[in-house]
Amino acid sequence: MTNQQAYEKNHRSHHYLIHFVRLLILILFLALWEITADKNYIDPFFFSSPSRILICMKELYQVSHLMSHIGITLAETMISFSLVLLVSMLTAMLLWYHKLLSEVLDPYLVILNSIPKSAMAPLFIVWLGTGMNTIIVAGISVAVFGAIISLYTAFRQTDPEKLKLITTLGGTKKDQLFKVVLPFNVPVILGTMKVNIGLALVGVIIGEFLAARKGLGYLIIYGSQVFKMSMVITSMFILCLIAVVLYSVLQILEHRYKKRGPV
Amino acid sequence: MENIYLSVQHLNYSYHSMQGETVALTDISFSIKQGDFVAIVGPSGCGKSTLLSLIAGLMDADSGKILFPMLTRSESPKIGYMLQQDHLFEWRSIYKNIILGLEINHKYDKHTKLLVEKYMKDYGLWSFRNKRPSELSGGMKQRAALIRTLALEPDLLLLDESFSALDYQTRLSVSGDIARIIRKQGKTAILVTHDISEAIALADHIIILSRRPATVVSQIPIRLTLQDDSLIASRNAPEFRQYFNLIWKELEGYDESTSL
Repeated sequence: MTNQQAYEKNHRSHHYLIHFVRLLILILFLALWEITADKNYIDPFFFSSPSRILICMKELYQVSHLMSHIGITLAETMISFSLVLLVSMLTAMLLWYHKLLSEVLDPYLVILNSIPKSAMAPLFIVWLGTGMNTIIVAGISVAVFGAIISLYTAFRQTDPEKLKLITTLGGTKKDQLFKVVLPFNVPVILGTMKVNIGLALVGVIIGEFLAARKGLGYLIIYGSQVFKMSMVITSMFILCLIAVVLYSVLQILEHRYKKRGPV
Repeated sequence: MENIYLSVQHLNYSYHSMQGETVALTDISFSIKQGDFVAIVGPSGCGKSTLLSLIAGLMDADSGKILFPMLTRSESPKIGYMLQQDHLFEWRSIYKNIILGLEINHKYDKHTKLLVEKYMKDYGLWSFRNKRPSELSGGMKQRAALIRTLALEPDLLLLDESFSALDYQTRLSVSGDIARIIRKQGKTAILVTHDISEAIALADHIIILSRRPATVVSQIPIRLTLQDDSLIASRNAPEFRQYFNLIWKELEGYDESTSL
């Protein structure tokens, strides 16, 4: 075996080991949960158990249109996320373009970002009623200000010499924005998106707690009100899955971007 | 006084901050003939780059004039500017980097396409056109940056310490290469550098600036007897030492700590 082959083998087995241990932790956790609930060391009424979650999932699927709840939550999250992306990109570009505007608005952004958004949710209900609008606005409100701040901060830190290059080639500030600032910051934009998809989901669930008749957030609140802990935990479990899937999609996008050939 | 391409007259420039005013340039005057390769040397931080930015029109002088006597009033000078680093964009291929200036000026057409292709073939970059900048050597990147500048067909080239980011060996060959390319194109060029040997090896004319606030200390024409056309030839010319010592003394009179 050559050194290169040995290196590759070593690298692969390291990879397998990590996957194996990850899986092992999950299995051990589920087994421990199942056994302790089965032996009544923990009260399955409060803590549920993996087998009860499976049964509950089947019930929800057959009786309560689980798929439409998931669909609603996903749709609301995607709409919130897209609007966050659109609004934060446009605002960050505008702030970069007009330095005075950004200097003036800076403290307002910081304040808006630090308001706990769950405190604003009741206001949204009064303003927008109990429906999808409120939920989407709640989703946006959680993510959008942080997104604007991090994108704008990154835009501002674009290498000034690269901006000067555009000027020496006869370019305008608009050229600087589109030829340098945006392409230079694609990794930051992708990173911000990864954070924001999770935050949009958080906001949507907060909204659904207060103002929904459908969706996973509604299932959680409903489950807790009728003391069906299995329903609450099942919904949480599905939320985890959704978060992982959405995150992975962006991870794949990011990977594609890094691996792509020059254009 | 014929063939004067650029005439700088009594130029003054100061930087302002809340800490006060910093005078960068005082009463700078010189002129450059068409086709000349001029080097401006001076201690680091003396305002050499400021001078280039003023000539390029990136900033406006406080007072004084920058004239281009060969141009009619309606013509504006076509100036190419090369920065200290190549600043090739990693998200673009070499070819896309080279046409950046054309793209910005909406001049990417049949004519410039051919011009770029010819430059890239002449200077050994054509086969690398689809590569990323990080896959090229420092010297090749610098040549790509030069073609990016030349693609806009400038009449005057401003080189702002354009070779200082390269390691010494690459720098010797690349600076020679690029000077030869510029001469072959018959362009007028101004090179700003703090490296005395580089200035003597490349330029026809050297303008020496004092430490800040900078002013012109002296202007020296360079005539080297060259044995052959090799890169190292000019540095082996019998006059090289004399020029070096002369410029060294001029600089030292104004700044004890001049670095080479």
